[in-house]
Amino acid sequence: MSKMHLKLTVNGEAHELLAEPRELLIHVIRERLNLTGPHIGCETSHCGACTVDMNGRSVKSCTVFAAQANGAEITTIEGIGAPGALHPLQEAFREHHGLQCGFCTPGMITRAYRFLQENPSPSEAEVRMGMAGNLCRCTGYQNIVKAILSAAAEMNTVKEAAE
Amino acid sequence: MIPAAFEYHRPTDLAAALATLGEFGDEARVVAGGHSLIPMMKLRMAEIGHVVDLQDIADLKGIRIDGTAVWIGAMTTQHELIGHQGLAAAAPILRETALQIADPQVRYVGTIGGNVANGDPGNDMPALMQCLDATFTLAGPNGSREVAARDFYEGAYVTLREDDEILTGIRFEATGGGQAYEKQKRKIGDYATAAAAAILKKDGTSCSAASIAMTNLSDMPVWSKAAGDALVGTACAAADIDAAVAAALGDISPNADNRGPVEFKRHVAGIIIRRAIEQAWARA
Amino acid sequence: MNELAPISREQRVENLKGLGCSRKRVEDVRFTQGRGNYVDDLKLPGMLYGDFVRSPYAHARVKSVDKSAALAVPGVVAVLTAEDLAPLNLHWMPTLAGDKQMVLADGKVLFQGQEVAFVVANDRYVAADAAELVVIDYEELPVVVDPFKALEPGAPVLREDLDGQTTGAHGDRRHHNHIFLWEAGDKAATDEVISSAEVVAEEMVYYHRTHPCPLETCGCVASMDAVNGKLTVHGTFQAPHVVRTVASLLSGIEEHKIRVVSPDIGGGFGNKVGVYPGYVCAIVASIVTGKPVKWIEDRMENLTATAFARDYWMKGRIAATKDGRITALSCHVTADHGAFDACADPTKFPAGFFSIMTGSYDIPVAHVGVDGVYTNKAPGGVAYRCSFRVTEAAYFIERMIEVLAIELGMDAAELRRINFIRKEQFPYQSALGWEYDSGDYHTAWDKALTAIDYQGLRREQADRVEAFRRGETRKLLGIGLTHFTEIVGAGPVKNCDILGMGMFDSCEIRIHPTGSAVARLGTISQGQGHATTFAQILASEIGLPADSITVEEGDTDTAPYGLGTYGSRSTPVAGAATAMAGRKIRAKAQMIAAYLLEVHDGDLEWDVDRFVVKGAPERFKTMKDIAYASYNQAIPGVEPGLEAVSYYDPPNMTYPFGAYICVMEVDVDTGVCDVRQFYALDDCGTRINPMVIEGQVHGGLTEALAIAMGQEIAYDEIGNVKTATLMDFFLPTAWETPHYTTDFTETPSPHHPIGAKGVGESPNVGGVPAFSNAVHDAFRAFGLRQSHMPHDHWRVWKIAHDLGLHG
Repeated sequence: MSKMHLKLTVNGEAHELLAEPRELLIHVIRERLNLTGPHIGCETSHCGACTVDMNGRSVKSCTVFAAQANGAEITTIEGIGAPGALHPLQEAFREHHGLQCGFCTPGMITRAYRFLQENPSPSEAEVRMGMAGNLCRCTGYQNIVKAILSAAAEMNTVKEAAE
Repeated sequence: MIPAAFEYHRPTDLAAALATLGEFGDEARVVAGGHSLIPMMKLRMAEIGHVVDLQDIADLKGIRIDGTAVWIGAMTTQHELIGHQGLAAAAPILRETALQIADPQVRYVGTIGGNVANGDPGNDMPALMQCLDATFTLAGPNGSREVAARDFYEGAYVTLREDDEILTGIRFEATGGGQAYEKQKRKIGDYATAAAAAILKKDGTSCSAASIAMTNLSDMPVWSKAAGDALVGTACAAADIDAAVAAALGDISPNADNRGPVEFKRHVAGIIIRRAIEQAWARA
Repeated sequence: MNELAPISREQRVENLKGLGCSRKRVEDVRFTQGRGNYVDDLKLPGMLYGDFVRSPYAHARVKSVDKSAALAVPGVVAVLTAEDLAPLNLHWMPTLAGDKQMVLADGKVLFQGQEVAFVVANDRYVAADAAELVVIDYEELPVVVDPFKALEPGAPVLREDLDGQTTGAHGDRRHHNHIFLWEAGDKAATDEVISSAEVVAEEMVYYHRTHPCPLETCGCVASMDAVNGKLTVHGTFQAPHVVRTVASLLSGIEEHKIRVVSPDIGGGFGNKVGVYPGYVCAIVASIVTGKPVKWIEDRMENLTATAFARDYWMKGRIAATKDGRITALSCHVTADHGAFDACADPTKFPAGFFSIMTGSYDIPVAHVGVDGVYTNKAPGGVAYRCSFRVTEAAYFIERMIEVLAIELGMDAAELRRINFIRKEQFPYQSALGWEYDSGDYHTAWDKALTAIDYQGLRREQADRVEAFRRGETRKLLGIGLTHFTEIVGAGPVKNCDILGMGMFDSCEIRIHPTGSAVARLGTISQGQGHATTFAQILASEIGLPADSITVEEGDTDTAPYGLGTYGSRSTPVAGAATAMAGRKIRAKAQMIAAYLLEVHDGDLEWDVDRFVVKGAPERFKTMKDIAYASYNQAIPGVEPGLEAVSYYDPPNMTYPFGAYICVMEVDVDTGVCDVRQFYALDDCGTRINPMVIEGQVHGGLTEALAIAMGQEIAYDEIGNVKTATLMDFFLPTAWETPHYTTDFTETPSPHHPIGAKGVGESPNVGGVPAFSNAVHDAFRAFGLRQSHMPHDHWRVWKIAHDLGLHG
């Protein structure tokens, strides 16, 4: 099958590449762009390990064809915070022990990053519902929820201080 | 899990999309959010030669509310349904239902058109559309036609939509009433063990109109006229609801699956239908 | 080099971030930025991809394999079948349980999803396409998925390769589908007590088949360097050193020419202990092609073909006096091992440590017999977040206690209390041969019951039952009690080995001149946080800050030999090795300090991070001073440098215990169960990092919730797996997961250098009976004795239905 010309903006950087339409977005991100933060867990859109932010929405990139993503603006975990300037979510996950094996963490943080933009002051139940598309096998979620609530408070404090 | 190869089309208008469908016949499938189709393709349970992506067709998007007339473009996502203020006022049951579908990520990409069009008996929107008495617009090579949601479904994955047609939008009259969608599922992301939509109108103390529909309790959505009839003119007392539930159960034919055997599903269906009616009546 | 402004002793202790402190994890800096390094992240030049063709049938003869169409696909390099592996004698491989397993189908297939051919291509998409084109002609054979039917006289012969063999790795085989009978305890004495007992409760307790399902599946990259003859295998290995030894024995490549690397592992839970056909095929393919070959299983392959857990049918009898003193316990297990016996147990324990089944109770006499059986299901039998078969044992005894309480008409908490092993009985010899090292069960139990207001809950429950009977509610309240005792930390080399390798573990420490260090261990973290916690153990032992100690694991070229991480053995065994190696460092440091301070060794005492001259606290040398001196001063009679290695052979297992209580709301009409409250008290001995312990408990409880309430590998009658994706295989999300309250008591292990016992698996072992007992308890007033897990909606509904609660 013929390859198509794809344009993607990933973490602010423009990329052009040739890909078969059927290539899954997660493979494009991981194997062509070498951004191995997002992971493959279930392959049927249940686990959320492959979550990236695409055009302002959290999506499961194992269930998106590269072709569908043509022209999209994508943020992966690698584009959220930087060494020495971590995002409050990254800090909070560490502070509150919100991860163990780390495999779900990039998808988890990437999802929380979008969730907190839509709901900056969530309740615990709202966090649990808002994060229900991401599975974790290690933590039992309690510390993930704690970390997200804490990051939300931190981000709100910073925002208020700036206003 | 790797899908088989296909040709990809991304038309920018409906005419082009229809032309592509016309050209490739049953080798072609339209894709909206793709979260039903793509897993099937990855499992190689669906082999599709031509994927027609509808995302760039502006005419398929949007929500319009004009008095009681509501139109929802087929490419409207569940996330957009949930966040739409006008819709929440006009038909709150849409938001209540959408929130019980899959998970946040899937709701960002899953569309109402995809949910109603593919005929999966597990999908929630078809029963809701029947409950609302919605009408689907199908565009085909010879123009558009309209089909009532209550007539659209013929069996699992079998609908009145022809292979060369595209479901473009949904319209219904938002005439208020108490509304509720109740769903029992094993976990987030699961299809319903049993789910029911109820819309009841109240005139003084009595029920003036009732519409009851159910999800995943047959190989297609079920709108139970008899259940609604059992409530109209009553005060929705316990015995009236018993009668409605019995009528609704008379219209379903659940299948055994990993969620449980038929006997269990029928029992749970009775509970869920009752809860939907009680909730809708409380809101009426 | 002493500090200019002296800081307090307290401050110095704090600076170490040693034992007992909730040190933040060093691993998280990478993981939160997406900079983990998992096996599928690895990309080597020229790398090829392997993909399996798997059997759709549970039992069939393979009449022919036509690979021509697959080979014709551009980019396909090879298609391997058993025929190709046979000349290398790699078409079968030994299992960890003394059986053998087909690498690729040799004449027949024995379970759905079995590996038949291995396609190697230059791209994973091409490999997947070509796998579709391999044409296999099968002849279906009768399928057996029920272990009881498998033992019937006319049952189909599953393992034709064992035809006529009446002896297996673990003794006699009495039927063609029988693997072994393993026994412990005194059968005659047990039967005698039971036959004359005042009260006997008898029950069949089934612990269903499930799967560890870590979020990362199994996989590897095998890379044979044809120039220097060295094979490197990166993979998801919970025991990399054992993999190296097995690879050497199988391939004939000398062990120093094999390097096995476990990179970051995305969860293991026992799934990544075994050796799978994918590893063998990737290695062979790399040897054949001269290129690196990657094999990563997908989720369906993971759930259907690698490493199931449990599947124990446990027929129990428990005897007691009328006033509730337990007098005997007996159990017969029918263990469904699937098509090959690939259980991951120490060699001499084909049923693992199931004989810990007397639990927390002082039971004078007991007997257990376990029959292993072949069926047309996937092989495995791994310890899914538990020590070998300990979770089955804990579930069995905690169910039997409940059943006995019903039989006696007693409160189940009180029944436990009067039968607990008493504090003064430790070390305690169990009737089935274990020496429990330590425990204080009554203290833990009382603390737990008080914390949740047990009496108040029982009153609420009784009121609820009355309200239910009056028709005022359709919800019942269940109080799930569990007091579990684990046996972890395998284990003493005298009786524990895997494929002949003694189950010691190891730590090697190198102190750098400026006072930082690297420690390498034979274990491998899969999320447990070894890089954080082992540095804490060491910090307290050698007085250097944990932040200055790097912990490395998983690379067999650099790490000392060890048996790996599973069965909660890392802290009990490698943690002990770490402490012992640290003590060797300290002993040498003491000699150096004595020389520097011009005193006798015995005139010094250790104080947090330094040696101090007794009676002269102003005269001291810090560990940092000593490290520097060890490299730059000629000290008579002392070799330069500061390094140590310890291989630790534990004298005994450790016996963590805990008291868990689950309060559950049960909807009688829908079968929906909601956990209202969960209290978990763990005693894992000395607590290294309370934050990490709490995290382990939360995670293990959530796995237990999944197992008890819905997670299963289910087969239909012709051997199709019905739960092969995460749509049907239950992994709870944040929404279904309750909030947990954790608590602890601390009873150090008397034989462990720092008193630690291990905790990672306790919450799974204790959690499953707590959830299950809560469901059962909700229906106790209506006559329920026993109902099998998983307690998903329909099964709970069926309990209510069968009890006539639906009117």
